[in-house]
Amino acid sequence: MPALPLDDAGPYVAAAYLVFVVLLIVYVGIMAARLGNLSREIESLAELAERRERERNQGLDSEPGVEPERSSEEAPA
Amino acid sequence: MRANALRNISILTAVMLGLGFGLVFFYAPLDADQGFVQKIFYLHVPLAIIALVGFIIGGIHAIRHLRTGDPVHDARSYVSIHMSVIFGVAVLLTGAIWARASWGVWWEWREPTLVSFLIVFLLYATYYPLRYAIPDRERQARYASVFAITAGAFVPLNFMAVRLAESFIHPRTFATANGGLPPKMQLTFWVCLVAMALLWYTLVRFELTAKRTRGQLNRLRRALDSSPPPGGAAARIAPGAAVR
Repeated sequence: MPALPLDDAGPYVAAAYLVFVVLLIVYVGIMAARLGNLSREIESLAELAERRERERNQGLDSEPGVEPERSSEEAPA
Repeated sequence: MRANALRNISILTAVMLGLGFGLVFFYAPLDADQGFVQKIFYLHVPLAIIALVGFIIGGIHAIRHLRTGDPVHDARSYVSIHMSVIFGVAVLLTGAIWARASWGVWWEWREPTLVSFLIVFLLYATYYPLRYAIPDRERQARYASVFAITAGAFVPLNFMAVRLAESFIHPRTFATANGGLPPKMQLTFWVCLVAMALLWYTLVRFELTAKRTRGQLNRLRRALDSSPPPGGAAARIAPGAAVR
């Protein structure tokens, strides 16, 4: 088959490179979405860990027989 | 891989891809036979070579997994195959466009090169259902490794069979002793091949990093979930928040 003239060949070449770029962009988009999920999950885990820590401290404070911790400023001389 | 190394390899990949495509359109001469359409060659052939090499790399990681039992090698094997399947989609699409421009048809069933690549691609497409049909993680990894090794061994055999077979219309790249390409075209091709290899490697590293981070998060979630919360059951993590 004879070579296509530039005007006819151009769209085919553009289409081939466009397919590659689109696939790459789709893949990067999927990766970005997964990264967003991971980021949100890290935030939720950090919040959960902080809440646990607060609840644990409050539980210790209100537990009967356990003296609440005093700061060094409150401590008697 | 550290974040800095991943960033550096990503920048290098982008530079090499830019350089490669720059050479394709501003340095490599027009092909005397095919003209401007031949520019697809610098995209299609490196993609095909890297996809096939990626399948073999997947098989090598699978061998290491079966020998050591280390799940890291299974993850590498899976990601290598996964990335090569994506590259394979690009090969089939760019090949169809090139075929249409050069031969006037989207696909030619009598051409062994095309059909053999399709067979390899479809073979690897069955990797996913095979893998995810097995619920037990260890068995899944073991069976997937056996598949990856068998299919990986099939890739070079298939390649050799195609080279030995008589070509219908598809040209044989580097078929002659001097490479079959003028020096400017050869340089462009090699730069594109290196760029494509770097792209494959970078995307594999990204996938593996994402998988590792996901695994660490799952472990963290399990650890938090198993530690008794002071507030009782209400303070436990909602099942809906579980990682998919």
